[in-house]
Amino acid sequence: MVSEQLVDLSRLQFAATAMYHFLFVPLTLGMVWLLVIMESVYVMTGNVIWKDMTRFWGKLFGINFALGVTTGITLEFQFGTNWAYYSHYVGDIFGAPLAIEGLMAFFLESTMIGLFFFGWDRLSKPQHLLVTMLMAVGTNLSALWILIANGWMQNPVGAEFSYHTMRMEMVDFWAVLFNPDAQAKFVHTVSAGYVTGAMFVLSVSSWYLLKGRNTEFAKRSFRVASAFGLASVLSVIVLGDESGYVVGEAQQTKMAAIEAMWETEPAPAGFNVIAWPNEEKQANDWSVHIPWVMGIIGTRSLDKEIPGIKEIKAKNRERIFSGMQAVVALEALRKNRQDAAALEVFERHKADLGFGLLLKKYVTDVRQATPAMIQTAVDSTVPRVAPMFWAFRLMVGLGFAMLVLFGLAFWSTLKTNGMTQRPWLLKWALWMLPAPWIACEVGWFVAEYGRQPWTIYGVLPTHLSVSTLSVESLYGSLAGFIGFYTVLLVVEMYLMVKFARQGPGSLGTGRYDNDAHHHPA
Amino acid sequence: MFDYETLKIVWWLLVGVLLVGFAIMDGHDMGVGTLLPFVARSDIERRVVINTVGPHWDGNQVWFITGGGAIFAAWPLVYATAFSGFYWAMLAVLWALFFRPVGFDYRSKIDNPTWRNTWDWGLFIGGFVPPVIFGVAFGNLLQGVPFHFDDNLVSYYTGSFWALLNPFGLLAGVVSSAMITLQGGTYLAHRTEGTIQARTVRATVGAAVVMVAGFVAAGLWLKWGGMEGFQITSVVNPAALPDPLTKIVVRSADAWWLNYQRAPALWLLPLLGVAGALAAAALVVARRTLCAFVASSLAVVGVIGTAGAAMFPFVMPSSSMPNASLTVWDSVSSHITLGLMLGATVIFMPLIIFYTSWAYRVMRGKVTEAYIRENDHAAY
Repeated sequence: MVSEQLVDLSRLQFAATAMYHFLFVPLTLGMVWLLVIMESVYVMTGNVIWKDMTRFWGKLFGINFALGVTTGITLEFQFGTNWAYYSHYVGDIFGAPLAIEGLMAFFLESTMIGLFFFGWDRLSKPQHLLVTMLMAVGTNLSALWILIANGWMQNPVGAEFSYHTMRMEMVDFWAVLFNPDAQAKFVHTVSAGYVTGAMFVLSVSSWYLLKGRNTEFAKRSFRVASAFGLASVLSVIVLGDESGYVVGEAQQTKMAAIEAMWETEPAPAGFNVIAWPNEEKQANDWSVHIPWVMGIIGTRSLDKEIPGIKEIKAKNRERIFSGMQAVVALEALRKNRQDAAALEVFERHKADLGFGLLLKKYVTDVRQATPAMIQTAVDSTVPRVAPMFWAFRLMVGLGFAMLVLFGLAFWSTLKTNGMTQRPWLLKWALWMLPAPWIACEVGWFVAEYGRQPWTIYGVLPTHLSVSTLSVESLYGSLAGFIGFYTVLLVVEMYLMVKFARQGPGSLGTGRYDNDAHHHPA
Repeated sequence: MFDYETLKIVWWLLVGVLLVGFAIMDGHDMGVGTLLPFVARSDIERRVVINTVGPHWDGNQVWFITGGGAIFAAWPLVYATAFSGFYWAMLAVLWALFFRPVGFDYRSKIDNPTWRNTWDWGLFIGGFVPPVIFGVAFGNLLQGVPFHFDDNLVSYYTGSFWALLNPFGLLAGVVSSAMITLQGGTYLAHRTEGTIQARTVRATVGAAVVMVAGFVAAGLWLKWGGMEGFQITSVVNPAALPDPLTKIVVRSADAWWLNYQRAPALWLLPLLGVAGALAAAALVVARRTLCAFVASSLAVVGVIGTAGAAMFPFVMPSSSMPNASLTVWDSVSSHITLGLMLGATVIFMPLIIFYTSWAYRVMRGKVTEAYIRENDHAAY
């Protein structure tokens, strides 16, 4: 049996490297469109200030992008290094979107970014704009394929288990591609990235305006960011994960945990605005409960029930018993592929195989599982409620705070000097800078922690997915990643702050404050 | 739609193409990184060298990332077994690669000699370490790697990182490093002039000599050094569902030469490796730099093809449980996935080659010190 410490360390390493990667991705996703907008205005008007805006924000974009690339390499290979059994078990489906991402998106994005930075004097204006647009398209397509892969982990459609090859195999690529979970996730995630890009430009521009530096430059940037940010934050909230709620069982489990819904309520269910979940009692110590709201949001109907945690667990208990038979039959089949009796049992219980595998965490031969082990396995099928409950509320709260901010910022730009007359708004915009990052990270926590105890929901338990490495190796690599990433983050932040402070003067055009141009003697 | 057997062979070829593409494209960036501290002394010289690959390294690095993704999709069991087994080697590659994006983008953003010198060595590590490790890994694949599976196909690697650094593995590392340096050298000679170019030409000739000597030595070692290859002795059904536990594999002295006996035309591959490298050296001395780059790219095809042809159908032979060796027949994805991925490759690979060529065309010409001075704030 795999040691629990190895599983925990592998999870910690993946969480650390993935969440660290996602410090850089959202800013890239959003800023790239702001660059497209700014450069389009330049090409249409010929006003050079818009070119300078594209180049200056592009410079900050590049500093961020470098670490996005650095940390992305790790993720492409970490499935193999640390999640070998996962890679074997689902590579037939999961590998395809990753490979297509490289072929269709990442090549495009990475080739165009070189021309974006180095091609200003070698390309015509429309050609350069085309390069910037292709870079944006590549970046966003990249997110699409990654989220198709991730969506499949939440809602594994279009695939079937084969006892011959001992893995999941693709049966319907279109189902994987048009997985509703993936589509909802894509819209939600890229919109969150757009908000991040907009917030970054809005905050830094606000700082220039507060300091009274590069006012014309900053006002234009502020205006673009506030309009783009308002549209994006509306998209995050309205189109967001809501549509992902009703599809797939992973989402049902998550929703029950997020809303601390222990019991199934008669439809339409009420909504716990705030509550104190108590894991031991399987109930909330107290809650502020609004009737009907949850049922309407969650099912968009008045008569559909949303299953509570206890009902989900009761159903999963049945699936674990059924899954035990699948596991036993599979083991017989692996010994003798011609065993017709075992095959018959296996076919009948195959859908619950993953639930049977959950018991492997506690016992090698699932027939020996004690009632206590089964109960522990049942309880593990719903993630801990309190972290989910609070993380979700933090994300949503920040989302609404940003909605208000972008709304006010956009409203302030409707008058020529609207923003400069409201220093409180500028200060608020400055202080809200970390908000989208926190919301993004917390959002990923809800998505991935909320999928536990599975790597592939209902199919492959997390504890079986790891590579058979030594615990010492994991301590070593985890320390290495944390060490490397900490140093790189310090360097990146230093450069970001340095160039943001210096402002467009860092372009050395002679048109801005703090100009960096050295006049040769 | 192709049948399963054909697709399995096509994917062996495509993985080869991706590996060759990686070695030619990302390889010349890495070669330039390896040469950087030696052919460029002053800050502005270093900037000239860095900016020859400045607009392209990022796109080229995607050969590595897509190669990883393609192996994941087409050979999931190889992806799982190799990367977890070679854990520390993979981490060393990844960590070395960390220096490149930041090295390129951050180096010239601060005008401080210590800062810039540190990143220059970072770029050296990012260019030098990965090819050495890939070579060492290849050297170990030829010898077999200690891993086995249980009934559920969970893989267990029983070797260590240090065991990879055996004499033959290290020799393969030297060949790989010299090959990539040669590739970078011919490219750098093409994009520079004057002193930097002269130093680069000398280094490139040295790399070609080391590569040819190492490559020939490795071949002799395989032939007469008592190194055993692997061979399937049971009947193989290439169209069967992939299961790496149902065949019988034995080790024998001449197993890696069997394919060459069966198809003598394969001898063109090692010949291409040697001739390409020697031609590249001669052409770079004659300052026919573009031809030299083509010649060294052909040498890359020859060297990688030589190893691949020797091992076919093996991808990752197991020294501790030979029957569990991973081959082209039994470590692959399903028929549907292989077909789908072939479709994606056929559509996108020409597009990639098209826009990559366009990017090189836009940025063509020599990178000079004058160019760096004019673009002080925009260039790397």
